Amino acid sequence: MHVPDGFLDAPTSVATGAVAAIAVGVALRKAKGELDDRTAPLAGLVAAFVFAAQMINFPVGAGTSGHLMGGALAAVLVGPWTAVLCLSTVLLVQGLLMADGGLTALGTNIVLIGLVTTAVGWGVFALLRAVLPKRIGVVAPVAAVAAYLSVPAAALVFTGLFAVGGTAPVENGAVLTAMLGWHLVIGLGEAAVTFVVVGAVVAARPDLVHGARGLRRPSRATAAEEVTA
Amino acid sequence: MGSGHGHRLHYHGHSPLHRAPAHLKLVGLLGFALVVVLTPREWYAVYAGYLAVLLVAVRISRVPPTYLLKRMVVEVPFVVFAVLVPFVATGPRVDVLGLSLSEPGLVAAFGLLAKGTLGVLASLLLAATTEPADLLAGLERLHAPELLVQIMGFMIRYLDVVTGELGRMLVAMRSRGVDPRSPRHWPVLARTLGALFVRSFERGERVHLAMLSRGYTGRMPR
Repeated sequence: MHVPDGFLDAPTSVATGAVAAIAVGVALRKAKGELDDRTAPLAGLVAAFVFAAQMINFPVGAGTSGHLMGGALAAVLVGPWTAVLCLSTVLLVQGLLMADGGLTALGTNIVLIGLVTTAVGWGVFALLRAVLPKRIGVVAPVAAVAAYLSVPAAALVFTGLFAVGGTAPVENGAVLTAMLGWHLVIGLGEAAVTFVVVGAVVAARPDLVHGARGLRRPSRATAAEEVTA
Repeated sequence: MGSGHGHRLHYHGHSPLHRAPAHLKLVGLLGFALVVVLTPREWYAVYAGYLAVLLVAVRISRVPPTYLLKRMVVEVPFVVFAVLVPFVATGPRVDVLGLSLSEPGLVAAFGLLAKGTLGVLASLLLAATTEPADLLAGLERLHAPELLVQIMGFMIRYLDVVTGELGRMLVAMRSRGVDPRSPRHWPVLARTLGALFVRSFERGERVHLAMLSRGYTGRMPR
């Protein structure tokens, strides 16, 4: 669910818009380092993939459903800067062509869904990968932990923005409890999907997974690859 | 961009609003949304004025109102939240139909609903009257970063291809007795998504090679 127009007051919306513009600007430069001149077609196709993956709903309970946000997933698969670009593109297209998420709230949505989930997801992923054995088997479970933590992190930042520029007189404590509790549950779905998707891509095309670069592949798998090839 | 990749919201027409340059429509929409967000929520009459302006624009665009109404369902999860606000908000309470509701909460709920609905309706009107290719050209005229516009263009161009591919994968799953919505079958679903990622990425690589072979140097031809 995206933040619509009028949910946060104008100064907060403009401030998050500025943050989002700077983040996308930096990401545009840095993504070229991850994808070189293939950036436009590849980021566009990955954005289309993220959009398609977000269409799949999973039941959360009490008759409601959540869907993948995909920040941590995209960061592990294609690298953090490309992920910021892809998610921002998805949000831009949704806001401009599908009326999903208000235009004045575009910056807020990019900060929450594009920036925070990717930054926290990639941060946790890089940290855990650094301390764990350098084996390709750790990528999927570590990505799942990163995806899990990225969801309540986005909820926390949303609560912070709501406390600063919220337009409804609801106690901040109540918002925090509701948002955090709810997203700790939704995060489980995000983690489960991220775990299996990353695992599937690592098994099929480990060379494509940005987060698996420089990790040792078990010799058994290379032998099996040679047999199938 | 090839033709025949219109998006789901576009409503074909030849009204003045369809013909208006996309960059003007974009600026107009952003200005309208900002003014609506800045308007104090107690100015009820002004909101009626905004709605009237939008309805006149809808009339000019000759997009059937029912077409727009049906597509306003994107707002529903948010309406649920707005309806809950008067129950949980702080402040003095008033009795409405036997329910004890927060007075500032009611005003806030009105503000949320009014601003959100006006924003959604205005965005829908832009989407219904603007072709994606025109929208991208408009963004370029407004000096949006060229690379970002290119990425958006590729996403829009291949959106139906990728979602169509996912749709066929889901049909294949169902025809083999797998229910994509059931948590029991999540591993199958996620492996499908993994395959979809590999296919999308490889398609991107092929598109890039095809572009190179046609002389792509980092800028799109006009």
